Amino acid sequence: MSSLVVENLSIEFGGVHAVDEVSFAVEPGETFAIIGPNGAGKSTIFNLISRIYEPTNGSMHYGERDLLDVPAHKVIDLGIARTFQNIDLFEQATVLQNLLVGRHRRMSRNLFRDFLFIAGARAREREHRRKVEDIIDLMEIAHYRDQKIADLPYGARKNVELARALCSEPSLLLLDEPASGLNQEETDDVSFWLDDIKHDLGVTIVMVEHDMGLVGRVADRVMAINDGKLLAIGTPDEVRNDPAVQQAYLGTAA
Amino acid sequence: MQTVFKTSYDQDINLLTKTGEYIRVSIVILMMLAAPLFVDVYYLGELGLLLVYVIAGIGLMILTGFTGQVSFGHAAFLGIGAYSHSILMTAGLPFPVSVVLTVALTGIIGMLLGRSASKMHGFYLAVATLAFLIIIETIIGEWTDMTGGYAGYAVPELEMFGFYFAEVWHQYYLYLGFALFVIWGAANLLRSPTGRSFLAVRDSELSARSLGINVEWIKIQSFGISAAITGLAGVLLAHYLAYLSPETFGVLESLKLLLMIVVGGLGSIAGAIFGAIFVSLLPVAISILRDFLPGVVGEQAGLEPMLFGLIIVIFVIFEPEGINGRWKKLLHFFETFPYYRKSSFVRQKSYLKTERMR
Ligand SMILES: Nc1ncnc2c1ncn2[C@@H]1O[C@H](COP(=O)(O)OP(=O)(O)OP(=O)(O)O)[C@@H](O)[C@H]1O
Ligand SMILES: [Mg+2]
Repeated sequence: MSSLVVENLSIEFGGVHAVDEVSFAVEPGETFAIIGPNGAGKSTIFNLISRIYEPTNGSMHYGERDLLDVPAHKVIDLGIARTFQNIDLFEQATVLQNLLVGRHRRMSRNLFRDFLFIAGARAREREHRRKVEDIIDLMEIAHYRDQKIADLPYGARKNVELARALCSEPSLLLLDEPASGLNQEETDDVSFWLDDIKHDLGVTIVMVEHDMGLVGRVADRVMAINDGKLLAIGTPDEVRNDPAVQQAYLGTAA
Repeated sequence: MQTVFKTSYDQDINLLTKTGEYIRVSIVILMMLAAPLFVDVYYLGELGLLLVYVIAGIGLMILTGFTGQVSFGHAAFLGIGAYSHSILMTAGLPFPVSVVLTVALTGIIGMLLGRSASKMHGFYLAVATLAFLIIIETIIGEWTDMTGGYAGYAVPELEMFGFYFAEVWHQYYLYLGFALFVIWGAANLLRSPTGRSFLAVRDSELSARSLGINVEWIKIQSFGISAAITGLAGVLLAHYLAYLSPETFGVLESLKLLLMIVVGGLGSIAGAIFGAIFVSLLPVAISILRDFLPGVVGEQAGLEPMLFGLIIVIFVIFEPEGINGRWKKLLHFFETFPYYRKSSFVRQKSYLKTERMR
């Protein structure tokens, strides 16, 4: 099991310090929440870890590996999977196809072999399908299996996106606002799944979330940031009662 | 309606699932096989040309319909295929060797184009592929020693191991064999990891990347296989035409290929087939139209490209899923009659994607 260690991470967008000298460490098996007002830099931290953005300064390690040596499409090979704040699925493909792409990291691929569908192609498809079905059962999305993403309601999309990330059998999940746009009942479902994912699958979770109820229920530790700067790290209660955090939330009228 | 009860994963892996699909596909294949028995020689030749366009359409469909990369330059691959095959045959290579070398060559050139195009999107990609087409067309026109230039190039007779494909139906069966092979291969792609990575790159490069897909490499591969298949269509087209000239492989031909997949329905193999049928019938429609239009308009040289453009626009606006989409709705209508509801096809509200990090 690896821990995620981020040190002095910074990025600027045309003079704006979106993330400014942020350091934190996430222990294996932990559920770690990142909170902060809109525009604080939370999603940007995820985009830095998944190597979509290049940091202007700082370091990131996952276990032994230096993330700065890893290109974006290899991040998942370290076991780091993610979801997106605005849901980013393959819209014109079916749920099943989306989830099978989630298994990509585990699948070998060869243009000629695939064109001719030879050399155990069917057996391989079956094997990966079994893994996908496990996740379908876990997330209770069996009835959507053959539907196109474009035809799914919002809540189902969120579940499919989480399922797709799980299909890669990650050891670290980055979830960007898993409960945003969901109603109370759906949010409760999310908190149960997060518990399952943590306890049954043993996955480390880092999540960005505005819903403090959910954060309080599932997070072991919380990090609060504002204007790209770290405000506080601690248990949910410690962070909630931190004067700097309260100031930040009041200050932005959020 | 026929509901498929799933009893095994194989039902999703198999190419055809519903009984209806089996029957329809078998009937079409049987009819194609029997065509020489009851189709007049002239129309059999035209049917052969239709098969060439089916192959070319699938080639472009893989790139544009599956991978989401538009190409205004695909006629260039038809041209490269037609010329290099003719030149190799003239040099005395046997037909199968020449076909394999030609397909490999167009595939490699496709990958090279893909390499430079893999970082481009939308408008830039369209311009780059168009520029590629113009370069290739010019090379074919100017490289007189090799291609005969604008004077043209006579295609050697279609011959394999001493057997001459002299009759139209000989050639027809050869074309049918290639077409079925390409259709089968494209369908295989769609049910395996490579095809799914194509779809993934088409729908979201960001997500694809975060799931471990090397987006640039996938685009290069897609350009490669797409070009190779279009090159194969070029080979067959050469034998159909018997005489090649550079202007055959120009912008108009590229537009025709695009028109085909848009009208047929982007993103499906059936779409490429419907599109090929449409494009094959188009000349007939145009000649009828010319008779009806007043002389000045009817004799305009630009009528064809203008019509092509117009049809593309109409389909993009009114039936983005093309003829294949219409066909599916029709099938659904009969399968669910009398319970058909128009709303089955109304989309759910779609949600915005992250534009700022594409
Ligand atoms: N690609 C980009 N180019 C320019 N500025 C950016 C880019 N990505 C993020 N930013 C800026 O960085 C800051 C932090 O944005 P970020 O999306 O990380 O906020 P957030 O904490 O996730 O907010 P929210 O709660 O609204 O999701 C914002 O000021 C944003 O405008
Ligand atoms: Mg955000």
